[in-house]
Amino acid sequence: MRTRGGGRLLGREGRRMADAALFEFLHTEMVAELWAQDPDPGPGGQKMSLSVLEGMGFRVGQALGERLPRETLAFREELDVLKFLCKDVWAAVFQKQMDSLRTNHQGTYVLQDHSFPLLIRMASGLQYLEEAPKFLAFTCGLLRGTLSTLGIKSLVTASVAALPACKFQVVIQRS
Amino acid sequence: MAVCVAVIAKENYPLYIRSVPTENELKFHYMVHTSLDVVDEKISAMGKALVDQRELYLGLLYPTEDYKVYGYVTNSKVKFVMVVDSSNTALRDNEIRSMFRKLHNSYTDVMCNPFYTPGDRIQSRAFDGMVTSMMIQVC
Repeated sequence: MRTRGGGRLLGREGRRMADAALFEFLHTEMVAELWAQDPDPGPGGQKMSLSVLEGMGFRVGQALGERLPRETLAFREELDVLKFLCKDVWAAVFQKQMDSLRTNHQGTYVLQDHSFPLLIRMASGLQYLEEAPKFLAFTCGLLRGTLSTLGIKSLVTASVAALPACKFQVVIQRS
Repeated sequence: MAVCVAVIAKENYPLYIRSVPTENELKFHYMVHTSLDVVDEKISAMGKALVDQRELYLGLLYPTEDYKVYGYVTNSKVKFVMVVDSSNTALRDNEIRSMFRKLHNSYTDVMCNPFYTPGDRIQSRAFDGMVTSMMIQVC
């Protein structure tokens, strides 16, 4: 009874806060689990763990790409889809919008997040720079999956210069 | 009440197609297939007309003497096609829209199912149940 009352007090905001925390913990465990099996994977092993994470993100992104744009009207062009990614998808998953979106108008987009929620708990600066890519693989897959459902084939890579800021580079693959 | 409901993937192959079993099913399959051309036409026409933003519901695609065919496209270019009996004039636009909305919601649920691989035929019992509720009750 008491917990149910507490839930009603917190309302939708409370539930959303719980979602974010749950996702963060789950994500941390996923990365830890994939690395724990082989503490010193070597070059081949590490790549496989990264691609497993990316694959998971891809499948989640595909489902998100179907569920989130439900009420939106049809997208008119590629830039609209990228803007949707930066605003709605990021807000739904990370409770904030992407800080900047740049493009060269030839199929390459750079999405910049100055304080990425999955990195913010780790460090502020150059510490743990080598560990950061593991924590970005899932999100790269997420972006790629959402784009794929919305009809855009792409390649997504991430780079970190200094935690917690990171950049996602989306290159559209035109056949 | 629909006579035939179909879900077509963006590569134009059927993910799910179900019709009332009394009639020749091939006829409905053929109707759905021909309606795909009309859907493509509507999508490209609206794009060029620079309309504010294309709606997801496409409306009546084409009428035949016995049936009317309605269409709906999602943002992921998955098409829903519904064939209804022409004699059932009581069906208003609103009702067709709400049927498509239900279809879209159920399809989204199927997509979010981790055991479903996108691109496979839809075999979800929940989806089947929802479509049954939309189709004509045949005794």
